Amino acid sequence: MAIDFKISSVGTRENRLGSITGYSGDLHDIIHQSRCGTLKNKERCFSQSSTCNAMCALGQLSGIRDIAIINHAPSGCTAVASGINVNNNQLATKRGISNNTVFLGTDMDENDTVFGATGSLKEIILETYNRYKPKAILIGTSCVSGIIGEDVDSVVEEVKKEIPESIPVAAVHCEGFRSRIWATGFDASDHVVLSSIVKPPKKKTNKINFKNFYESERKQIIEIFSNFGVEPVFFYQNSTIEELEQLSEALATVSICGVLGSYLGNGLEQKYGVPFVKTINPLGIAGFETWLRGIGSAIGKEKEVEAYIEREREIYIPKIEEVKKELRGLKAVLGMGPGYTYEVSRVLQELGMEVVWAASWHYDKIHDNEELPAPLKYLEENSKDNFKVSVADQQNFEILNIINHYKPDIYFSRHPGTTVWAIKQGAAALCVNDEYMIFGYKGTLDFAYTVLDTIKNRSFEKNLASRVKLPYTEWWYKQDNSTFLTSEGK
Amino acid sequence: MAKILDQPRYKCALAAMQTVQSITGAIPILHAGPGCGAKLGGGAGNSGHFSHNIFPCTNISEKEVVFGGEIKLKEIVENSLRVIDAELYVVLTSCTSEVIGDDAEEIARSFRDKGKPVIFASTPGFKGNNYLGHEWVIDSIIDQYLERSDEKIKGLINIWTGIPLHDPFWLGNLRELEKLIEELGLIPNTIFGHTRGIENLKNVPKAEFNLLVSPWLGLSNIKKLENKFGTPYLHYPVLPIGATETSKFLQAVGDFTGVNKKKVEKIIEKHEEEYYYYIERFADVFLETRVMSKRFTVVSDSQYSLALTKFLVNDLGLFPAKQFIIDDAPEKYRKAIEEDFEELNYGIKAEVEFSVDGFKIHNEIKNTDYHGYPLILGSSWEKNVAKSTEAHYLAISWPINERLVINSSYVGYAGGLKLLEDIYSVVLTRFN
Repeated sequence: MAIDFKISSVGTRENRLGSITGYSGDLHDIIHQSRCGTLKNKERCFSQSSTCNAMCALGQLSGIRDIAIINHAPSGCTAVASGINVNNNQLATKRGISNNTVFLGTDMDENDTVFGATGSLKEIILETYNRYKPKAILIGTSCVSGIIGEDVDSVVEEVKKEIPESIPVAAVHCEGFRSRIWATGFDASDHVVLSSIVKPPKKKTNKINFKNFYESERKQIIEIFSNFGVEPVFFYQNSTIEELEQLSEALATVSICGVLGSYLGNGLEQKYGVPFVKTINPLGIAGFETWLRGIGSAIGKEKEVEAYIEREREIYIPKIEEVKKELRGLKAVLGMGPGYTYEVSRVLQELGMEVVWAASWHYDKIHDNEELPAPLKYLEENSKDNFKVSVADQQNFEILNIINHYKPDIYFSRHPGTTVWAIKQGAAALCVNDEYMIFGYKGTLDFAYTVLDTIKNRSFEKNLASRVKLPYTEWWYKQDNSTFLTSEGK
Repeated sequence: MAKILDQPRYKCALAAMQTVQSITGAIPILHAGPGCGAKLGGGAGNSGHFSHNIFPCTNISEKEVVFGGEIKLKEIVENSLRVIDAELYVVLTSCTSEVIGDDAEEIARSFRDKGKPVIFASTPGFKGNNYLGHEWVIDSIIDQYLERSDEKIKGLINIWTGIPLHDPFWLGNLRELEKLIEELGLIPNTIFGHTRGIENLKNVPKAEFNLLVSPWLGLSNIKKLENKFGTPYLHYPVLPIGATETSKFLQAVGDFTGVNKKKVEKIIEKHEEEYYYYIERFADVFLETRVMSKRFTVVSDSQYSLALTKFLVNDLGLFPAKQFIIDDAPEKYRKAIEEDFEELNYGIKAEVEFSVDGFKIHNEIKNTDYHGYPLILGSSWEKNVAKSTEAHYLAISWPINERLVINSSYVGYAGGLKLLEDIYSVVLTRFN
C-alpha cells in the first residue's frame, strides 16, 4: 500500500502494517506467521504503563532548529518541555550552533473539555509566532483534544492566512490512545515533514539523508562518507527547515534504525524517487558492511566502498576476533524496540554469544515497502538458534520473569528506566542507549569490551540486588511469563 | 480556558502518582493512556522500589475510548493484586478515563468491599496541576483508607511539606524537619520515603498534632484531618532555611505543642552558636565579593519563593527584587502569601507576582536593574535568562535537568549552610 501524502493523519502501525504488541513464541514462528498472514496481536489482562506515540512524534520534531511545537493538551503532556530544551541546548552547544526551538503547551482545563478550545489555540499559535518568529509551527494533538473532537486542521488553515506563507504550519496527529506502538509517532512526525516541509527537488545534490536520533557519530560518518564523495545530512536533531526542505534532492536516504526511518525513507522513495537503503543496520561487522554496500550500490560507488571496507577490516577484524574469545557462550536476554532487538541479536551471535530470549517492544511484520524488515530476514537465514521471542510494550513484569527464569549472563535494554530492573535481580545489564553504540568496526569493538567489563565487575548489581525488595510477588515469578496474554485480541 | 504554557513549571494532577509512589508499600494503578506514566515519571530519584515502569496501567486505546474501559480496569486491578507486591493500591484516573465516563471509584470500592486495600482518586490532568493532584490523593487516602482511632500517641506529630519527587529536596527537607522536631522531644511521623510508609500512614489518626510547613499546599489535607480525627494543626507557611528562620520555626512549634520555653531556647542557642561559627569563618566570602550585587530574584513555587526570600533577606542581608511564584497557587491563598512576603526584617517588603508564563517572567527579569550582577534562583528554565543578565544562577526547583540531588536539604541550620555552599560555589566561578 503506497503512502498517502494527502491525508492529515497517518494511519497507526497497527492498522497500516498489522504491527503488534502482544506475542510469545520463537523466531521461526513469528517470521513464519508474518509471512503467511496469520500473526495476530494478543491483548493483556495485566499491563504496565508504557509510552505513547505523542512523545515520539513531538520529541523527534522538537529537535529541528528554531521552530515552535505547540502541544494542544493539558499541562502533564507538556512536562517533557524542559528536558527537550536542555537536550537541544546541550546538543547544539556540542556542535557550536544554536537551537532556539520552543516547546509549549495550551494547558487545557476542564472548561475546554466541555466547550472546546480551538479559539484559544488559534490565539496561542499567533502569540507564539509573535514571541519567537519560529521557522515552522507544528501543533501536536493529545488524548483530550482528540476525544473532544478539536478540529485542529481547520485552526491550522485559519492561522496560515495570518502568518507569512513561508512558515510551514501543520498539525501532528498523535493522540496517545491511537496506538500502543509509540513508533507510530515517528511516522506522524515524518508524515508532517513529508507533507508540509519537504519541497520538490530543484537539483540533485551529493547529500545522503541520514535519519538518526542524536548524531553522536556525526564526525566519524562525515569522514567515512567523504571516502565516497558524499555528505551526510543528519536529522531531525539539529537540522534546519532548509535542510529538510531539500531532502528530496539527496542521492539516497539511510537510517540508523529501521523503525525510526522506514516511513520517511519509503515516503521519499515513493514520492521523489530518492532510494532508501533498506539493508540491516550498520551495527556489528555484517551490519556495517552490508549497509555500506547498500549505500555504495545506491550511489554507484561500489568500488570506493569495497576499498574502504578492505582497509578498515585489516585494522579491526583481528582485534574483534581477539575479544570474541572471551565472549563466547555468554547467554543474553534483550528487551528493546524492534529496530534494535533483532539487529543487536544478530551482533551478539556474531560475537559468539547466545541469545536466549529477545523481547521487542512492538513488532512490524512489514514496513511501508510491504516487506519483512531486513533484520528479521537476516536472522531467518543466518541465526544458528531458533531463540525465544516475545513482543511486549515495555511490560516489565514479563521481562523480569524471563530474566528470573533464564538467568542470563547479561541483559541488554535501550529505553529509559528499563535497564535498572535486571540488576535488582542480580543480572548484569547494559543499556544500549546511544544508537551508535555498536556502529561500525570500532563501535563493535568498543561494545564487545563494554560487555566484558560489565560482566567482569558485578559489584554494583551484587550490592544492590542483595538489599532490595523486588516489586513482584513470589506467585508471579512462578508463572509463565506469557500468563496474561489473552488468546486473541483485535 | 486554554492558555499559553510557555516554559512549564508544573505537571498535571495525575503526576500525583509520585505522591503515592513515595509512600513505601503503596503503588498507583493508572487508568490512563500508555504515555501518561512516562511523561510524568521524571523527577528526583524516580527509579525506586516502584517506578512508572512498574505501575499497572490500563494503557487506554481506541477500543476503550469507544466502548468504555471499566472491564479493562477491573481486570488490571484484579491482576495487580496478584502480581504486584504492595500494601496499598491507589487507582488514579486520567483525562481520558474521566472524559469517557468510566466509574473508577465504584470499581475501587468493589475491591474494598471484598477486603482488598484498593482506593481511588480523581486526578484528570485537565482538572488541575500536580500541586492540586497531590492534595487530592492525600484527601482520598484520608477519606478511604485511614480509620478513626481512640488511641492517641503522646507527642506524636504528623509533618507535611513539599511534593514528593517533584520538589528535588523533598526527602532531605522532610528528614531535616523530623530531626528538628525530634530535638524538641516530640515524635515526628511522616509517611514518605525509606522505612516510613504504610505503618506510619496508619498512625496518622493517632497523632496529637499535625504540622504543615508550606504556604498553602496541604492546607485542605490537615483541615480534613482535623475534621475527621479532631487533630489540631499548626500551619507554618515558611519552610525554615538558615538560623533566623529555623529558630523562629522551633519557637512556633514549641509554643504550639507546649514544649518548655527554656528547653527550646537552649536548643536554639546551641545550634545558632555552631551556625555562626561557620558563618564567621566564611563571612569574608559573602561580604568581599566583587561579582554579586545585593539583589536577587526567585522564580519558583510558593514554598521556595517564600522560604528563599526569607533566608536571603533575614539571614544573609540581601535585598529582594521582584519574586515570582509559578505553581498557579489557588486564588484564595494568594493574599496571605503576599502578606508573608511583606514580613521581612527592617520593614522590607518583597514584591511578588503569581505567573505561569515564563516568557513574561524572563522579560521582566531582563528589564530589571539589579544594580550589579543579580542572583537568580529558579529552575532549568532560568539558565538562559541568567546568562543574558550575567546573573549567578542556581536551579533549585522543578524542572532541574542539569543537577543531581540525592538527599541534600536546604532546611534547618545545616540546610542554610548547604544553600550558601551551593550559591557561593557558583559565585566563586567568576572574578571581576
